[in-house]
Amino acid sequence: MSLDHDTSYTNQDFKVVGSRPERPDGIDKVTGRARYGADAFAPGQLAAGVLRSPHAHAKIKKIDTSKAEKLTGVKAVITSKDLPDLTGGNRQQFDILENCMARDRALYDGHAVAAVAAIDADTVKAALKLIKVDYKVLPHVTDVDEAMKPDAPIVQPHLRTSGVPDAPDVPTNVHQRSQFGHGDIEAGFLEADVVIEKSFKTEQTHQGYIEPHACLATVGPDGSGELWVTTQGHYSYRNMCASLLGMDIAKLKVTSSEIGGGFGGKTHVWMEPLALALSRKANRPVKLVMTRDEVFRSTGPTCATSMDIKIGARRDGTITAASADLRYNDGAYPSIWGMLGAMTSFACYDIANVQSVAWDVLTNRSKVAAYRAPSAPMAAFGVESVMDLIADEIGMDPVDFRLKNCAKEGSRASYGPVYGPIGIEATLQAVKKHPHMKAKLGPNQGRGMACGFWFNFGGQTCSDLNIGVDGTVNLAIGTVDVGGSRASMSLIAAEELGIPYEQVKCNVADTGSLGHNDTTEGSRGTFSSGMATIFAARQAIGELRERAAKMWDISVDDVVWEEGEARATGIENSNLPPLSLREIAAKSPTTGGPIAGHNEVVADNAGVSFASHICDVEVDAETGATRVLRYTVVQDAGKAIHPTYVEGQFQGAAAQGIGWALNEEYIYGEDGRLQNPGFLDYRIPVCSDLPFIDTEILEIPNPNHPYGIRGVGETSIVPPLAAIGTAVSNAVGVRLDHVPMSPPRILAALKAHRAS
Amino acid sequence: MTHLVRVSGALRDALGGADMVEIEADNIRDLLNRLSERYPAFAAQVDAGVAVSIDGQIFRDNRSQPIDAGAEVFLMPRLEGG
Amino acid sequence: MAGIHVSTTVNGDPVEFVCPPGEVLLDSLRNRLGLIGAKEGCGTGDCGACSVTVDDRLVCSCLVLGAEADGREINTVEGMADGDKLHPLQSKFIEHAALQCGVCTPGFLVAAKALLDRNPDPTETEIRYALAGNLCRCTGYDKIVRAVQAAAKEMRKAKGKKK
Repeated sequence: MSLDHDTSYTNQDFKVVGSRPERPDGIDKVTGRARYGADAFAPGQLAAGVLRSPHAHAKIKKIDTSKAEKLTGVKAVITSKDLPDLTGGNRQQFDILENCMARDRALYDGHAVAAVAAIDADTVKAALKLIKVDYKVLPHVTDVDEAMKPDAPIVQPHLRTSGVPDAPDVPTNVHQRSQFGHGDIEAGFLEADVVIEKSFKTEQTHQGYIEPHACLATVGPDGSGELWVTTQGHYSYRNMCASLLGMDIAKLKVTSSEIGGGFGGKTHVWMEPLALALSRKANRPVKLVMTRDEVFRSTGPTCATSMDIKIGARRDGTITAASADLRYNDGAYPSIWGMLGAMTSFACYDIANVQSVAWDVLTNRSKVAAYRAPSAPMAAFGVESVMDLIADEIGMDPVDFRLKNCAKEGSRASYGPVYGPIGIEATLQAVKKHPHMKAKLGPNQGRGMACGFWFNFGGQTCSDLNIGVDGTVNLAIGTVDVGGSRASMSLIAAEELGIPYEQVKCNVADTGSLGHNDTTEGSRGTFSSGMATIFAARQAIGELRERAAKMWDISVDDVVWEEGEARATGIENSNLPPLSLREIAAKSPTTGGPIAGHNEVVADNAGVSFASHICDVEVDAETGATRVLRYTVVQDAGKAIHPTYVEGQFQGAAAQGIGWALNEEYIYGEDGRLQNPGFLDYRIPVCSDLPFIDTEILEIPNPNHPYGIRGVGETSIVPPLAAIGTAVSNAVGVRLDHVPMSPPRILAALKAHRAS
Repeated sequence: MTHLVRVSGALRDALGGADMVEIEADNIRDLLNRLSERYPAFAAQVDAGVAVSIDGQIFRDNRSQPIDAGAEVFLMPRLEGG
Repeated sequence: MAGIHVSTTVNGDPVEFVCPPGEVLLDSLRNRLGLIGAKEGCGTGDCGACSVTVDDRLVCSCLVLGAEADGREINTVEGMADGDKLHPLQSKFIEHAALQCGVCTPGFLVAAKALLDRNPDPTETEIRYALAGNLCRCTGYDKIVRAVQAAAKEMRKAKGKKK
């Protein structure tokens, strides 16, 4: 239990933590040997594919699979009939089951309706064509504001609005209303000298991981199975797949392959239960790999949003009140994405009177999944844009305006609690001093800055540390390595044990080899597994001291562990030379057997994190194209274990935010079908789109982690939308209120500006 | 010991509309159990997921976390991340 | 559907395989030859994760037929290292943390090698445009460009010494 361990931060001089060694999986990944989701093979494996609804909303009257089943080489065909509802009234689980395979209705373009396993890919394709689905097309709705109207087509008839007192007992698309804040906003706005209210929209984006979802499933008639899968959480996948398919958790071994990007999109099961069901029916291993089209249509995306932001301030720069009304498009299943937007919207600031109201709304779009600091970037786009407008209106420098209002230790967060030590002020001070702020700008160029916040999570975590007889150390962790965390965990184990980094080898354990670990989400990998690794190493050190005491035949109380060796204390033991870890390990077979340390912990208190970004752009007024000239990220990491990978997280998050701001968008046709499910038309930033991304890591220790670690992965996707919006506004004089700020939108805004 | 617990807007319905409740509890488990006893609708919220902030630190899972006298306690929905 | 017999050279080794006429080179490499370094990120030539060279020409192997490999020389990421000595691009990618998830890395390495083979001293802009056909979602490209610059520098130095 976590209470056995002191998680509080201790200031210390690190020996290896903070250095930048090469990652243990580097060679495999530069030689093509690393095995990802689609890179596994099993004897006798079948190929598989999924038939998906071409309609945004349709009743499934009948599915005739008989012709497909008769095709030579087809080994199994499944529909929802092969996935009976075992969820026992658990609506959230039922939603996941139904999202994996439509039952009586297809709820979005790309919703799975049937699946096939056959001897090869060509046979699969032919069989899918032979499945006849009799649809009755129903009216659909894909826009969030349209879906809230009383006469909108209903996506989930069972749904009633929660969070609204006396909400009528009638079907609705409005899943829930959430409200956060404190004070009296009416009174606060009356105190303001300047009040600005503006509406914004952001379009739906996808995480855009380069590796499509892929898995290899094997289930035998005895109910035991194995799943090789690209996932952010193999333990969660195991639990979910087992419960949806009626399998025993212990009998399903899930191995997390190398993962080719996730960003939140690989936190939920999508087609893995289908692969297992096909394998069970065919009694053969089944490999199921999504196409890019399927990835875009059926997995991932984040919410499209629509919002109204209002901020009031006095001439001296004090914000007196702020409010947000946020409408988040959750896709076809209810979730809490709007609520997260409301919680994060004003989290950077200390505001006396603040209120955020969110509406989570259903539409005929695919089920929304987490995407890096989910829901925060959209709300921040609106809030930070209005922050800039107010600073401009009262003639105050935008950084100074934010510094005057930023939250500090002891401030009440807009989402409720009072903050401990936090880094927003420090990031703003660093921005103020940064040379980027003094770089010269040319014609049609502009600069913007913006702030961002994310919570960061911890969660259930478990690590095993085993010492070999040669003194090398195997560390088994259960969080997935999405960006070099095996190197960070090895650094932490080496730090605790006092041995070189090279003496540690870290592996991600499968579900048969280690206890449950929550999904690697919420920037928790280094924070949580780091904590479990520290405690596992400390337990191993306790054992090493015991063994040294045996070797010396003295009391363990007279043995300390310092600089990677056991040292005997007391004058009577001064003749005993220290014993290194290697020496103790070599004797382990005769001093009590293998030496190991183990820890399971609920790593809580991940420590909130803040970032401030600066961005320079040039806008081509002829074409509406925007080029990013300079970009700087300043973020609080708590403690950077491997600074190079921390920089990588900052840069990658900023790049995703830049893509969101300028190009990326789901485009739905009148027919409710996704028009651009491919990388050609859904354009993520390419190498020639971006400049070098400068980073500055601040270290304001998290008081609740022994090393002071905060999550670092997500926060920096939050500021770019607004930072770029402001930079565009400063470059060409128009404030964009609709993301992405693609060339057609910028041209339209410029045209409207000229006309007025 | 008795704590004054502030309640997030999203959970107030389940707690009879109150934005603050007084409750005796030594740790988070105590707190949630006693609130569930007093407000039966709240039990479902606990199942759906809640988090407790103590002096600004957000706890999602560690139900054994002690709550010290005078601590600032805030009850909020459980969060998900990317 | 009769298979096509293909005789080709992959990473310097003579190779033969039989594939259906419609099979793309990416699938032949991955499923028939066990060379899984090239990845399918899109299947439409938009992401570059399946980059290989055919007679020194950089291609997306998802857009080339397996049958087209007949009589040609194919090079993939698996052929970049010289025995136990990594290619400078490979070692610089690791050293500069130019990969996070690493799924795009084989494609980037093949594309970067194709660039440096014809232009040993590219500018930053030349590097960025040469790699614009390869998508990376993790890094923001910063460390990739720096790794290519560092590798180019090292390769120029090594070449200078040889002369």
